Amino acid sequence: MTHADLQQIKERELAGRKKMVLRCCMAAGCMSLDSKGIKERLEKALAEAGLHNDVEVIGVGCMKLCCAGPLVQADPDGPLYTNVTAENAPSIIAAIKGGRSALEQADPQSPFFTQQQSIVLANSGLIDPERIEAYIAVDGYTALLNALTELDPKGVVETLVSSGLRGRGGAGFPTGLKWGTVAKSPGAKKYIICNADEGDPGAFMDRSVLESDPHSILEGMAIAAYAVGADQGFIYVRAEYPLAISRLQTAIKQAKRLGILGSGIFESPFNFNIDLRIGAGAFVCGEETALMASVEGKRGTPRPRPPFPAESGLWGCPTLINNVETLANIAPILRHGAEWFAGIGTLRSKGTKVFALAGKIQNTGLIEVPMGTPLRTIVETMGGGAPDGRQIKAVQTGGPSGGCIPAQHLDIPVDYESLTTLGSIMGSGGMIVMDDSTRMVDVARFFMEFCMDESCGKCIPCRAGTVQMHHLLEKILARKATARDLAKLEDLCDMVKHTSLCGLGQTAPNPVVSTLRFFRHEYEELLQDEAADPNAAGHDTAASPVTPAI
Amino acid sequence: MAAKTLTIDGKLISAEESATVLQAADEAGVKIPTLCHLEGVYDVGACRLCLVEIAGNPKLMSACTTRVREGMEVTTDSDRLQKYRRMTLELLFAERNHVCAVCVANGHCELQALAYQQGMDHVRYDYCYPQWEVDASHRLFGMDHNRCVLCTRCVRACWHIEGAGTKNVSGRGGRSKIITDLDDAWGDSKTCTQCGKCVLACPTGALFHQGSTAAEMQRDRSKLEFIVNAREKKQWSV
Repeated sequence: MTHADLQQIKERELAGRKKMVLRCCMAAGCMSLDSKGIKERLEKALAEAGLHNDVEVIGVGCMKLCCAGPLVQADPDGPLYTNVTAENAPSIIAAIKGGRSALEQADPQSPFFTQQQSIVLANSGLIDPERIEAYIAVDGYTALLNALTELDPKGVVETLVSSGLRGRGGAGFPTGLKWGTVAKSPGAKKYIICNADEGDPGAFMDRSVLESDPHSILEGMAIAAYAVGADQGFIYVRAEYPLAISRLQTAIKQAKRLGILGSGIFESPFNFNIDLRIGAGAFVCGEETALMASVEGKRGTPRPRPPFPAESGLWGCPTLINNVETLANIAPILRHGAEWFAGIGTLRSKGTKVFALAGKIQNTGLIEVPMGTPLRTIVETMGGGAPDGRQIKAVQTGGPSGGCIPAQHLDIPVDYESLTTLGSIMGSGGMIVMDDSTRMVDVARFFMEFCMDESCGKCIPCRAGTVQMHHLLEKILARKATARDLAKLEDLCDMVKHTSLCGLGQTAPNPVVSTLRFFRHEYEELLQDEAADPNAAGHDTAASPVTPAI
Repeated sequence: MAAKTLTIDGKLISAEESATVLQAADEAGVKIPTLCHLEGVYDVGACRLCLVEIAGNPKLMSACTTRVREGMEVTTDSDRLQKYRRMTLELLFAERNHVCAVCVANGHCELQALAYQQGMDHVRYDYCYPQWEVDASHRLFGMDHNRCVLCTRCVRACWHIEGAGTKNVSGRGGRSKIITDLDDAWGDSKTCTQCGKCVLACPTGALFHQGSTAAEMQRDRSKLEFIVNAREKKQWSV
């Protein structure tokens, strides 16, 4: 495979295009509403109308407005049909022939679409994720080719450093610095891992990227491997994402067939292979040391750091772990240059961020916006605010490790630092909107239950502390708690945060801490008088045993 | 091997380069409380009792897994650490059924000793009272999950001292459980070599020798007779 070969594939692909393209969303959300059947009916209707020589139907990745799926769009800026059913197929085809369609449509010029800036999702909803030719036709794999032929590994790391890209998995560690550390770590054998164990409740960004543009991840991984000197990669993807797994398998097979993965890639001395590892449903396996234990075939529990994976990771070898979205940014950065990327976003948070909008919001779906976009723009202008005329009360970011941002702070720019000052985190991109019918203590209880169930059980503060915090929250909600119980809860939050072994435990109290910070009165309203409590004076232990976890 | 100089609780000490903070402290006569640490097997830093403060590091570090560094300033016993240790112990006592008075390990239990040592005189959290089973299927040993603190010392002794790999952990969070083979009855295990190292490793009364339990449970019924005779017949025969 050479540059000329890539060009040839691209030209052949473009030449084979028909005059008009009907794009049909084939991501997991729309597939669950039979978009596969819709695509077949569209093809049949085309043949019946005699249009099959001029129009083709292609299955594409996520078209972003998930709440209105299944989605079908004719050409990039044609009408975007929403809530399509198989019965609508003839009507859509009739519209192509010039008639007017009475079908439900969304406006592609609405802020939900126009305010987006796509880097990670640039190909999502536009190309067929199951064909490598479609990816090559949008200049796919040229970044890898250029890196291998024009840049040395050091040059790739430098590009990443000057781009200012930070890890999209949650913590926001500078990606270039991480790559540089792994590149400098001594060792003949190095590994690279793509963390696709997306587990935050309500988050589906990584799934959509994997389903919509799997080759961009392979390309990002290959570039990363070249930069740090690795020859083996693993994609750790959760078993709950069967469509993502199958598309990744297809993509890996196609890349191997074309010699883009394997030995002597692009006729260079660089060898690189990628294998999939399927997670078994443990949230903690998104933590990097637990993830590595799981890849090694061990029980997925974290271990203390240092040593960091960059120094001693998989089987004791230097290992680079990056999140899906981080890796999806790599090829665009190399293609368009570090300055281009550094020109997007804010001073310390560069580029764009993908968010999965969910909860009490009109437009549920996937958005990608420049860093620093005000939260209000995201949830009100793009998301359309809360449904049924209700008011937005708070926005939860960062999943169980994050916090709630109350409505009065909606004007903050969404970047790593601003969210941290409000006691939340950027996280991986889950954004759950709550309206004024939501009780914040309920929200805290929900996330605490999640952490309690997902604690690996290794360290005591996380294992036993989350059980007690959950119990205290239940007690508060049952109006059986006193001010002393609330003090106990706050004490536990502090202790679990500072003494837990890994990030899961250290951040488990965040939803409680952040709701207490902004909605303390909601907790206090539920408290009982100490004097009225028959269980006061230290006898409360016997009165209400914690519901056993077993 | 180069030596490192560091301060532990204001005391200037030297330690071997490869030493952990726990080893260095031990050598210098500074006692750091531990529970999951066991001499002879590798450390996992799970119990969080040996957490120490290191100057310049915002995070608390487990002494058993942190290597010494030149010029390191370690604090092992601040008010904050003492508070966290007591809370950790309280969480353990509330988590399962640790009732010292009816435990085979009463008086020689590390959990009990730690609670005394850390001044834990009551538990502020509601007890969980879980229903855990007792595996008494083995001829020589027994496992009472009610007393287990999930320190995994037995698992590490089984894998890394004996090399049998019989013991393991299943489940997660509060449902974690030490298992034999694939969660089989211990008495049916084909891999257990009956070496008893897991029992030696256990800090509490979770793992016990069958014989010793029976011995402690022998009942002296003549005492009942003595009390009845004394009450009713006013006879104090010894």
